[in-house]
Amino acid sequence: MLEINKINTFHGKVRALWDISLRVAEKEIVALVGGNGSGKTTMLYSISGLLPPASGTIHSLGKRIDGMPPHQIVKLGICYIPEGGKPFPDMTVRENLEMGAYIYETWKRKEETIDQVYHLFPILKERAGQLANTLSGGERQMLAMGRGLMSRPKLCMFDEPSYGLAPVLVKEFFGIIKTLREQGVTILLVEQNVRNALEISDRAYILENGGVVLEGKSGELLQNGHIKKAYLGL
Amino acid sequence: MQILEGREVKKYFGGLAAVSNVDFHIDQGEIVGLIGPNGAGKTTLFNLMSGSLVPTSGVIRFKGEKITGLRPHQICKRGMARTFQFVKLFGNMTVLENILLGSLFGSPTGMHEVNAKRESLELLEFVGLSAMEGSLAKDLTVANQKRVEVARALATKPELLLLDEVMAGLTPTEVGSAIELIKKIGSRGITVFMIEHVMKAIMTVSDRIIVLHHGEKIAEGIPEEIATNPKVIEIYLGT
Amino acid sequence: MRRTISKKIFYLMLFSLIFILMVIMPSYVSPYTIILLNSIFMYIILTVSWALFSGPTHYLSLASAAFFGLGIYVSAILGDKLPLLVVIGLGGLISFLLALLVGLSSLRLRGMYFTIFTFGLSELIRHSVQWWEVNKTGTVGRWVVAVDHMTVYYVMLGILLITLVVAYLIRHSKYGLALLSIGESEEAAEHIGININAMKMITFAISTFFMGATGAIMATRWSYIDPSIAFNPLFSFMPVLMAIFGGVGNIFGQILGAGVLTLLADVLLTKFPYYYMLLYGMILVVVVLFLPKGLTGLKEEVKRWREGGSVNPVRKDGPRPE
Repeated sequence: MLEINKINTFHGKVRALWDISLRVAEKEIVALVGGNGSGKTTMLYSISGLLPPASGTIHSLGKRIDGMPPHQIVKLGICYIPEGGKPFPDMTVRENLEMGAYIYETWKRKEETIDQVYHLFPILKERAGQLANTLSGGERQMLAMGRGLMSRPKLCMFDEPSYGLAPVLVKEFFGIIKTLREQGVTILLVEQNVRNALEISDRAYILENGGVVLEGKSGELLQNGHIKKAYLGL
Repeated sequence: MQILEGREVKKYFGGLAAVSNVDFHIDQGEIVGLIGPNGAGKTTLFNLMSGSLVPTSGVIRFKGEKITGLRPHQICKRGMARTFQFVKLFGNMTVLENILLGSLFGSPTGMHEVNAKRESLELLEFVGLSAMEGSLAKDLTVANQKRVEVARALATKPELLLLDEVMAGLTPTEVGSAIELIKKIGSRGITVFMIEHVMKAIMTVSDRIIVLHHGEKIAEGIPEEIATNPKVIEIYLGT
Repeated sequence: MRRTISKKIFYLMLFSLIFILMVIMPSYVSPYTIILLNSIFMYIILTVSWALFSGPTHYLSLASAAFFGLGIYVSAILGDKLPLLVVIGLGGLISFLLALLVGLSSLRLRGMYFTIFTFGLSELIRHSVQWWEVNKTGTVGRWVVAVDHMTVYYVMLGILLITLVVAYLIRHSKYGLALLSIGESEEAAEHIGININAMKMITFAISTFFMGATGAIMATRWSYIDPSIAFNPLFSFMPVLMAIFGGVGNIFGQILGAGVLTLLADVLLTKFPYYYMLLYGMILVVVVLFLPKGLTGLKEEVKRWREGGSVNPVRKDGPRPE
């Protein structure tokens, strides 16, 4: 589904990713875990086309995608849901969701998709006519997820999805991730909530300072002593 | 002694009640947590306290004096400071300059520039960011930006500090250091009122917790009581 | 602050040298040069005082013409009744007071709304004065008491000096930092104890003082004025253009922008009387396109060009690192 080979990405002059390689197979849930400044968000920027790598390659389903403009990457079925949501503030909840289905193929099915999104996030249905900037922080996050799902993606990349969400919603959200996988969506998850991320994913990569320091099956990583100390605060 | 008191505080946006009839109080020296589902009105309550918003009705008293209707800079000078859910730093200025402004303008008597600089450097060290002194605020990671915001708020010499989701996006280990920081702030005699979703932090650090839901206070008590309150579990904590 | 002490002293000496040069110059150059210098001084004052407020706070005012024109009219009405320096002071003072009034009503407006409001205000004042003159006073224009160009020169130099000193002092004081913070995040600034309304109003009013004073003295050069001359919107637009051209962020850039553009206009007018507007516009567009930080950004751009450009430019600011 996704193959990243030795990419190096810079923010201006600062190198954020150092020769990183990683793989995501179809229908997998893979987690990217690491502290602040480890490069997790930069990785998602590179995959989604917002900040292309300076060297290295990214392939998805046989096509080379590094260097492609972001909107074409979305058309391939890769969707990026940013940290903090970032919904369009002066548009209503419904309009935001509709914008998510901008690509023609998904636009045709948008009513059907909107119903599915409302089913997953009932509060969005409740607030359908409200302007996005009147929503609370957590509600904006949910709106952004809904908007991302509107493009009926094959690969969904979540950047800190549990950021600012109430605990009960965090649990619901991780339930939604499971549902998505059952529907055939591949998931790449960047999360600070390490325990939840490892509990729900099949495999995980641990990032530090722009490089992969550990990778493997999530179940095993949860037992790893270094992980427990450095990330789980145990 | 009560440092903050709110009585029958209401805030309506058109017909929508963001905060309806909340009574609350904070005693000096306490660390109080404010939790509730997304959209419950927590940040709105903070906005009403700090002066960003004016209540539709109700009274808020700070150190015994009515502050409803005062502008934020006046409330700041009286000793209340806050951080924001979405960090509002002065991005194109250095980290030190951000904190310096707090020192220069926020304390009740104003500060001499030389002393202000010294104090700001101390505060930088207090939050653990001495190395970032000359960096532009916008270039920092989000977690570090939150620390700068805390330092800037502390620079105004508050007696009450409002923290809005300061721990969002931190790994459990980073949450641990943030908890230490809050305890350090508390030991300086500053009262803390914090909105949080990171349960570990709230439960460890708070003396008392207030729970909001749909703009109303539905529960209040010590952490153990709140963690076992069935209504709170249902609407907020999940099972 | 940022410069070392020795650099500061160097610039101070350089500045004093230039100033002394300006003082003794008139005796040695042609009247034409003096008149040209007057024009340059005028635009420098307008640009620097405009940028005093609008630069750091990002509240773009298009009302400079209103305050400049007010000074002109003070001169026209009182020029023959009061001594010159008093008239100039009054020009500044009345602008200052009007600005406080304007500030009370408009400084709660944000961004574009503020800019449009100030432009509308300027036009409103122009039409109001016109109406008053035509209907109440029975004149269209007025004659202004003439003053010889040497006196004008020295008065302008004096106003220029004061403007630059005030701009410099504000910028390098804690108030300058506070003004910058208002431009970055008003809400945060307010929450750390800055009285943003008072600060905006007073800074805005200070900037208009110099505009009014300059108007009062420039009127004596033109000898005949009417509302469309005094409140010409160009006096609102030019300072903005000049500041952007030279570099809004620092006083040197503002001086450079005003100086270069005024000189350029003069040169073009004399060499290419038929095309000068076209050439002028083209030069403006080209510079702003390639040097978004203005002329003072030239050094930075050359450095960047030499290093082969930054790797991975997406947009100028790009997404933030996590």
